Amino acid sequence: MIGHIHSIETCGTVDGPGMRFVVFFKGCPMRCKYCHNPDTWDPRGGEDHTVEDLLEQYDSMKSFYANGGITATGGEPLMQIDFLIELFEAAKAKGIHTCLDTSGVIFHRDNPTLMEKFERLAKCTDLVMLDIKHIDPEEHQILCQQPNDNILDFAKYLDEKEIDIWIRHVIVEGITLNDEYLDQLGYFIGGLKHLKALDCLPYHSMGVVKYENLGMEYPLKGLKDLPKEQAIHARETILKAAKRRRQDDGLL
Amino acid sequence: MNAEWNGFTGGNWQKFIDVRDFIQKNYTPYEGDDSFLAGPTQNTTDLWAQVMELTKKEREAGGVLDMDTKVVSTLTSHGAGYLDKDKETIVGFQTDAPFKRGMNVYGGLRMAMKACEDNGYTVDPETVDFFSKHRKTHNEGVFDVYDAEIRTCRTNHIVTGLPDAYGRGRIIGDYRRVALYGTDRLIEDKLEQKESFGRIYTDEVIRGKEEISEQIKALKELTKMASFYGCDISKPAKNVQEAIQWTYFGYLGAVKEQNGAAMSLGRTSTFIDIYAERDLANGTFTEEQIQEFVDHFVMKLRCVKFARTPEYNQIFAGDPVWVTESLGGMGVDGRTLVSKTSFRFLNTLNNLGAAPEPNMTVLWAKGLPMGWKQFCAKMSIKSSSIQYENDDLMRPIHGDDYGIACCVSSMVIGKEMQFFGARANLAKCLLYAINGGVDECTGVQVGPKYRPVEGDGVLDFDDVMAKFDDMMDWLAKVYVSALNIIHYMHDKYAYERIQMALHDRDVKRYFATGVAGLSIVADSLSAIKYAKVTPVRNEQGIVVSYKTEGDFPKYGNNDDRVDDIATGIVTKFMDKIRAQHVYRNGVPTQSILTITSNVTYGKNTGDTPCGRKHGEPFAPGANPLHKRDTHGAVASLSSVAKIPFKDAQDGISNTFSIIPGALGKEDQVFAGDIEIDLSK
Repeated sequence: MIGHIHSIETCGTVDGPGMRFVVFFKGCPMRCKYCHNPDTWDPRGGEDHTVEDLLEQYDSMKSFYANGGITATGGEPLMQIDFLIELFEAAKAKGIHTCLDTSGVIFHRDNPTLMEKFERLAKCTDLVMLDIKHIDPEEHQILCQQPNDNILDFAKYLDEKEIDIWIRHVIVEGITLNDEYLDQLGYFIGGLKHLKALDCLPYHSMGVVKYENLGMEYPLKGLKDLPKEQAIHARETILKAAKRRRQDDGLL
Repeated sequence: MNAEWNGFTGGNWQKFIDVRDFIQKNYTPYEGDDSFLAGPTQNTTDLWAQVMELTKKEREAGGVLDMDTKVVSTLTSHGAGYLDKDKETIVGFQTDAPFKRGMNVYGGLRMAMKACEDNGYTVDPETVDFFSKHRKTHNEGVFDVYDAEIRTCRTNHIVTGLPDAYGRGRIIGDYRRVALYGTDRLIEDKLEQKESFGRIYTDEVIRGKEEISEQIKALKELTKMASFYGCDISKPAKNVQEAIQWTYFGYLGAVKEQNGAAMSLGRTSTFIDIYAERDLANGTFTEEQIQEFVDHFVMKLRCVKFARTPEYNQIFAGDPVWVTESLGGMGVDGRTLVSKTSFRFLNTLNNLGAAPEPNMTVLWAKGLPMGWKQFCAKMSIKSSSIQYENDDLMRPIHGDDYGIACCVSSMVIGKEMQFFGARANLAKCLLYAINGGVDECTGVQVGPKYRPVEGDGVLDFDDVMAKFDDMMDWLAKVYVSALNIIHYMHDKYAYERIQMALHDRDVKRYFATGVAGLSIVADSLSAIKYAKVTPVRNEQGIVVSYKTEGDFPKYGNNDDRVDDIATGIVTKFMDKIRAQHVYRNGVPTQSILTITSNVTYGKNTGDTPCGRKHGEPFAPGANPLHKRDTHGAVASLSSVAKIPFKDAQDGISNTFSIIPGALGKEDQVFAGDIEIDLSK
């Protein structure tokens, strides 16, 4: 099988634990306003790779990844779920730590064919970094042009499957930097028993140049980078709510 | 047993000069964290403020505050110098005042005069007269013997940076010996060595005996030098303060006599720690006092200065001394060599602030204690002043008492030394192969008149490779010849007598060579092999440019097709160096190590088949060419890591910058241990 890959980063240090071989998949149905990889939206183009050639590359550098592993990101790796399963199954067979960075957008429990695939994927995935773009359904629709009920359901599914979860959340002024929403998000993720980490990413405008290069209008034009203090505040707010949830659930 | 050695575990080190044995039998590995460390004392803060004030004045004066223009610097040429005698716990400057630069003439009179003139000083006419008429220098000796071919190679920049007019450096005396044994015992040992040659007076024996006589004189003069400061180093050091002071005196002697291209310190911290542990146990000194001694020692090392020319500073990007101190590492018995004093050395970056000197070099190994690894990382983030080298790679070759000279040259302390040899420009050599020895920039016939590439057709890989092979044979020969002459004359006219007095009689001499332009050669040969490269000639028929069509594998992407070319060239050129006659039974080594001179190389090397234009800088050391590595840092590092250390034992450098954010998560916004955060 062939995977359509946007690019490979051999020195990934922020996409999962340790140093990682990061594979950027092509294609994404989300249209998040702050997306800094719009060049990965289109499922076409990119480099063609096989599982064998990716793992061969990995093996030739594996001493660097002793405490890391392989991360699939994008784009949305789940758009090529068959290739992803094949890659992770082969990686697991070699004892490589696998991490999926996803928005979960294609997850739907009522689709049995798809669920068979997710069952397979769950067996070969060590960690999921789930990007929850927005906790509020309406705001999510506005921000990403997609609903979020299935995404939140995906989080619960991962928890049922006892897969480690990192939650990533981009903090954007006027969009997600809102104590009420942050509290809701925290209360939701506090219910996930396999939550291992929370990453609050302060919004940055480094993607702007990519939009210019692609001749596209940047939706958040003029919005300044979020000061670190605001992201720290967001983290505290989310953690506080998560703790409340754990107390309510009798887990703390 | 000497009273100074009370409390130490005895061994071979008492019968023979053997510092490693002393360390192994007595040191205390430290596996804890940095919480025991002490901050600066008031005296330390005051003295450092004085140094900063002098630094400011020196900068305002245009780079040099004061220079000696009359007295040639020797071990005993100057009386004592102080910052503030009452506050300094470790004493000694190169001349009789801090920031006053000494005059070193034995490397070359013209260079010494120019260093003065360029800084607005004039050497005393009597001194000039004496060295012109009565005392030949290293530089003069070398140029008496150089032939026309070597001179042409120098002026056309195919061999560069040769230490033929300045001190070669890169020799590390075992300065710890002064502290452990005292000079009386060391002189006694040298007298025995002198007798050990026997009575058959070959050239080698005559030279050996003369050199040891020089070493003995140097040890006597070192004792006298220390007496100016009221210290008697003829006897072993009694406590940690003396151990540091005696060690420093050994080093100070070296930097008074030699203005070398790198004057490194060695591996002193865990040796010193043995005295610190004994004094702490006996209640002789407190942690604060011991840290103060280390701080004052490091302060002195930061004040080492030489008289140099602007050109020299340009080649070396500043005015480096390369006071390299090697820290940590693992022992061959599996114990770590990290001690509390290893921590105290790095702690000087807290107490005195960040600085490039001394060049703190951590010998990194997988097995190092976690507390040390974490402290190193913390101090790196804080100071950006720590260099790391691979102990796991070097320990199998040198054992566990080696140190780094300059930035990467490894050698066993007191048992091995190096003849520093700058480097040959391999990229230019490839162009000479194509042009039959004619320089592409000057049009001069520099190399032998071999058959050049003929016609205007596409370059043929096998044809170019065969020609390159022949041209490398020539280059290796002329390059090693120049180095043989240089080191013969340096030994004769600018012998490092105090450094060699702190070595064994029979030392292993590495004969260090180096190459520049590896990534250019690899990419150029790859272009010729996998793309279409057509030569472009000027009116004289010299190939001065290349038309390169199509894509080709580029070094730095973990692609064996081109990486194999790079490693093949390294091994091939090393073998050609090994095939030469080498001065004084030296063991040839090679480095791939340009760090600062890449712009100069670029200016002096014409267009290359890889698409690089005349004037574009070389990549540093073994780095891929700028922007040619497109598969991320690990792929780039993997290409470099394929270069065989056995054929580049003098070091492989890969200059690598990364923004902090690309090294990992900011812990303030990333809750990596969420269970801990939630249970707070």
